[in-house]
Amino acid sequence: MKAVKEMTSWDVEAIRKDFPVLSRTVNEKPLVYLDNSASSQVPQTVIDRTSKYLAEEHSNIHRGVHYLSQHATTAYEAAREKVKRFINAGDAKECIFVRGTTEGINLVAYSYGRKFIGEGDEIILSAMEHHSNIVPWQIVAEERGAKIRVIPMNERGELIIEEYDKLLNERTKIVAIAHVSNSLGTVNPIKEMIATAHKFGVPVLVDAAQSVPHFPVDVQDLDADFFVFSGHKIFAPTASGIVYGKREWLDAMPPYQTGGGMIRTVSFEKTTYAPIPEKFEAGTPGIAAGIGLGAAIDYLNALDFEAAAEYEHSLLEYATARLSDIPEVKIIGTAANKASVLSFTIEGIHPHDIGTILDQQGIAVRAGHHCAQPVMQFFDVPATARASFAFYNTKEEVDKLADSIQKVIEVFA
Amino acid sequence: MSELSELYQEVILEHNKNPRNFREIESPDRTADGNNPLCGDALRVYVKLDGDTVTDVAFKGSGCAISKASASMMTQFVKGKSREEAEVIFDEFHRMVTGELNAEAEENHLGRLKIFAGVLEFPARVKCASLSWHTLHAALQGEGEVTTE
Ligand SMILES: Cc1ncc(COP(=O)(O)O)c(C=O)c1O
Repeated sequence: MKAVKEMTSWDVEAIRKDFPVLSRTVNEKPLVYLDNSASSQVPQTVIDRTSKYLAEEHSNIHRGVHYLSQHATTAYEAAREKVKRFINAGDAKECIFVRGTTEGINLVAYSYGRKFIGEGDEIILSAMEHHSNIVPWQIVAEERGAKIRVIPMNERGELIIEEYDKLLNERTKIVAIAHVSNSLGTVNPIKEMIATAHKFGVPVLVDAAQSVPHFPVDVQDLDADFFVFSGHKIFAPTASGIVYGKREWLDAMPPYQTGGGMIRTVSFEKTTYAPIPEKFEAGTPGIAAGIGLGAAIDYLNALDFEAAAEYEHSLLEYATARLSDIPEVKIIGTAANKASVLSFTIEGIHPHDIGTILDQQGIAVRAGHHCAQPVMQFFDVPATARASFAFYNTKEEVDKLADSIQKVIEVFA
Repeated sequence: MSELSELYQEVILEHNKNPRNFREIESPDRTADGNNPLCGDALRVYVKLDGDTVTDVAFKGSGCAISKASASMMTQFVKGKSREEAEVIFDEFHRMVTGELNAEAEENHLGRLKIFAGVLEFPARVKCASLSWHTLHAALQGEGEVTTE
C-alpha cells in the first residue's frame, strides 16, 4: 500500500458526538455512513434550532404584523445573512432561497434562458454534469432554438480545458459546470474557467452542490455569476438551497415562479415585481429548512473548516489506497484534484449487489448512475458504487468498507 | 448475514455466473425490452412460440445478480409451457415478491422460483427480481417495452 500522509489532529470522536444519527445501528451493526454526497447528516445544533422554530416561532414570513411572523421573518433573513457570509457574496439580496440545487438550476435556466438565449445560441455544459445541470438546459435549448455544447473529459475524469477554450465563441450565452463532480469527485478549475468565459462576456453558473460540503468557497474570488447549492448536503435539513446570482444578472432576469410574495403591485392589467431576492421567491418558502441551513452554517463556522477539509482529504487518500490494494476493484474517477468522493466497480459484480451486501454490514454507500448517465456511458459501466466521506467519518470506517468489499468478492467468488 | 444469505443463495449466485438461455433468438416471434432506470438494469427477452406454446425463450442484457438470476431461472421455467401457464406464473411471481402471496403457505406453481421470496426483505431489490417477468409479460402481450421504477 502506498504511504499516506499522517492525518491531522482532527478530533473526529468529538465531532461524531455532534451528530446523533452516527451512534445508531443498522442491521444490527454500527452505522457506517458513506453516502454524504447524496445527503449529509444533521448535527444536534441544527436539529435543535429547527425544532425551536417549529415549537416556538412557527408562522408565515413577510406577511404578518404580529409578533410571531416578524420573529420568523427575522430568523429567516438572519439565515440569508449567514449564507451571504458563508459564500462571501457581496450582498445578502443576491442569495435566493430555493428548494435545492435542482430548483436553483431550473430557476437560472428558465429565467436567464428566456431573456438571454435565442436562436442559434450556444450553451456550454461539461461531460460530467448531474442530470439537474443537463435537462433544464436541454429544454431551454429546445424552446429557444439553441445548441448544447459539451466540454469533454479524459479517462481520469478531468475536463479537457483546451477543448473548453475552443468551444467558447460569440454565440455562447452561458457556461454551466459542476464545481465538483458527484460521480467522479473531480474538482474542476472553475476559477480559470470562469475567467476564460468572461473574456467572451459569457456568464458562468457553478453547480456547487458537491463543493460547498468539502471546502470553503468565495463567490467573489471565483467571480461566479451564478452559484447554486443544496442545504441537505451541508448538514442542514432537506428543502433548503441557494441560488447566488450577481445583482446585475438577477435584476435583468424575469421572475421564474410567480404568485404571492414576489410582486410589488398586481392588477388584472399589469403586475410589477418586487426587487431581488423576493422577485425569485414566490410563495411560502421552506422556512424551517432555511433557518436550519443558517444553523448548519453556524455549525461549520464554529469548526475549523480548513482543518475539516484537510482531514477529509486524508480519508480520501487512505480509502483510495485501501481500495487500490484490492485487485478486483476499479476506481472510476482518478483526477489529480479530487474531493472525497470515491466511485468504484468490482469486476463481475453489479454495484447494486455491492450496495446490498455492504448495507447488511451497516455500511451505507450509493449504487447507481448517480444521476450522471453520460458519465456512466463514458466509462462504459452501467453504474458504480460510491463511497463519499464527510469530516465525521473515520479511518476505521474506511477499513470496514475495504474489509466488507473483500467479503462481497468472496460471496461472488 | 442470515437475511443476506437468504437473498444471495448458491442457486442465485450460480445462475448469475452462468446464466441459462443468455442469448438472442434468431427471428423470434416476440421480443420486449425491460428497463429499470433507477438501477440501469436493461434486458431484452426473446420468445419463440408454436401456437400457444413457448418453445424457446432467451434473454440478453446487463443487470445485477438478482435480475440476471431471475431472468435465467425464468427462461428455464417457462420453456415448454403454454402462454396461459406462463402468465399465471408471472402473476404468482409478481404477487410473491410484492408480499401478496405467501409462497410457502398458499398454493402456487412457483416451485424453484420460491427462493426469490427472499427479496421481500430488500424492498430496493424487488424490481430487480421482477424485471424479467414484466418483460416476458410485455412480450407475450405484444407490448414491446416495459419500465419498472
Ligand atoms: C453535482 C450535483 N448537482 C445537483 C444535484 C441535485 O441536488 P438536489 O437533489 O439537492 O436538488 C446534486 C445532488 O445529487 C449534485 O450532486
